[in-house]
Amino acid sequence: MRKVAVVGTGHTDFAAESPKTEIEMFCEAATEAMAECETGPEKIQALYCGNVFGDFAEGQGMIQSYIANELGMHNIPATRFEGACASATLAIRDAFMWVASGFYDIVLVGGTEKATAMGTPLATRTFAMGTDAKYEFAAGLTFPGFFALLAHLYAHTYGVSMERLREQMSLVSVQSHFYGTKNPHAQFKHKEITVDQVSNGFMVASPLRLLDCCPFSDGAAALVLASEDVAKKLTAKPVFITGSGQASSPRLSAQAPYLPRLRAREISARQAYDMAGIGPADIDICELHDCFSIASIIAAENLGFAENGTAGQLWEKGETKINGKIPVNISGGLKAKGHPIGATGASQACEIVRQLRGDLADSGRQVDGAKTGLVDTLGGDGTIANLVLQTGW
Amino acid sequence: MEYKLPFRQYHKALMKNKLMGLSCPRCGAVTCPPQMSCRSCTAYDLEITELSGRGKITTFTVITVAPEGRESEAPYIVVLVELEEGPWIMGNLYDMDPSRADLSLIGRQVELGCRVYPGDRYSDGPMARPAFRFADH
Repeated sequence: MRKVAVVGTGHTDFAAESPKTEIEMFCEAATEAMAECETGPEKIQALYCGNVFGDFAEGQGMIQSYIANELGMHNIPATRFEGACASATLAIRDAFMWVASGFYDIVLVGGTEKATAMGTPLATRTFAMGTDAKYEFAAGLTFPGFFALLAHLYAHTYGVSMERLREQMSLVSVQSHFYGTKNPHAQFKHKEITVDQVSNGFMVASPLRLLDCCPFSDGAAALVLASEDVAKKLTAKPVFITGSGQASSPRLSAQAPYLPRLRAREISARQAYDMAGIGPADIDICELHDCFSIASIIAAENLGFAENGTAGQLWEKGETKINGKIPVNISGGLKAKGHPIGATGASQACEIVRQLRGDLADSGRQVDGAKTGLVDTLGGDGTIANLVLQTGW
Repeated sequence: MEYKLPFRQYHKALMKNKLMGLSCPRCGAVTCPPQMSCRSCTAYDLEITELSGRGKITTFTVITVAPEGRESEAPYIVVLVELEEGPWIMGNLYDMDPSRADLSLIGRQVELGCRVYPGDRYSDGPMARPAFRFADH
């Protein structure tokens, strides 16, 4: 298997009510990524695109072929990936494997989504399609409801009082919004929040309140991946994908008796760590899937950054901040940066690559000296994918 | 290989307050809601069995922001219940005022009832779901 590097990154602004279409947003992110490595469309051999709800948001299916054509990549194979919120990370993982195998030398991968075009009621309905349609949506399960069930189970299982968990969850959102103000692409780049605002916000699904939840978002992100030989000709700072994992889960109720642990994440992360030959202590920066505040706490445990029942203390002690033991979601995360679900994994990978290259020194969010980063993306009840990214110079 | 307990058969039984599942002749585990393989040992050769419908609440939430078309149902309580036979199942709890739901619900004994979600334009017909009531008054 060959080594594979990220040689170009592109990222649109994440926003509500973008004036651009999903195809237009993807094209903007893609051309930015291609310009970074001075690669024209004639060089790209295949396209991998995460997109979840284009059918509902714009009435546009099969978006990948149109994107390839718009970008002038005529007739190349283009594939759409649907793994709910993990779609783009699945796309990156597959793109990585095709290049690693030797089948292609250089490919374009990314994701795009225009969730706010659906409006909140339809978006809530379509996002709930990531749960079990027959046996769990029947009870009125929503996506906040999924993590709300886990929040109460977490408090009960680990003996954390709801008062303390409430405070910890609020700290997660407050930190994300703080760093979001340092990310010019963030949906909430102008909005800092307080613990009181989170803890007393509008209830969505108890105990989760409005500011425990990531927003609906529009946006796109893209990466150019290349084999090691090609990468060295395109960039002085190749960032290698050294580890990759993916695992699946059944419907929420069938994930007992592991809950509130998400077992698929533990398996996927272990695959990624083992492939890279590292462990959680080697991660210098992590972008994890904070669709809800409690999701961050559970993810930090599943990824090995804290013992089960204790990850909230990472945020209490500031260990997740830029100079902490494990900087988490310094982009602002899904919470403050935004969560255009088909693009999110590519956005996370883009952020990690830019951190490892030291691109963010002027932003106020650079993690100095970071060499190894982790991407963690969760789709629906349990499509999980992880990537380990490492500097290659 | 024939799908042993299809949704429609499960749904029709639940409409009559009967909770159907699958028992595994190989390992003895009971699987509910139905699926192709035993949740414990992955065997396919399962037998249809009727469950007691009794269990205890393992977690809950009160949903206040409902999906499109279900706004009039909110607020409503969603629960996960660990059934006597072992599996966990999702349902609703209509036996109390949602504003009073708190962690003391966890561990409460419940028994099965049924309500029907009529479905919407995206769902292939109506869906019965467990509507639990307290069994430890």
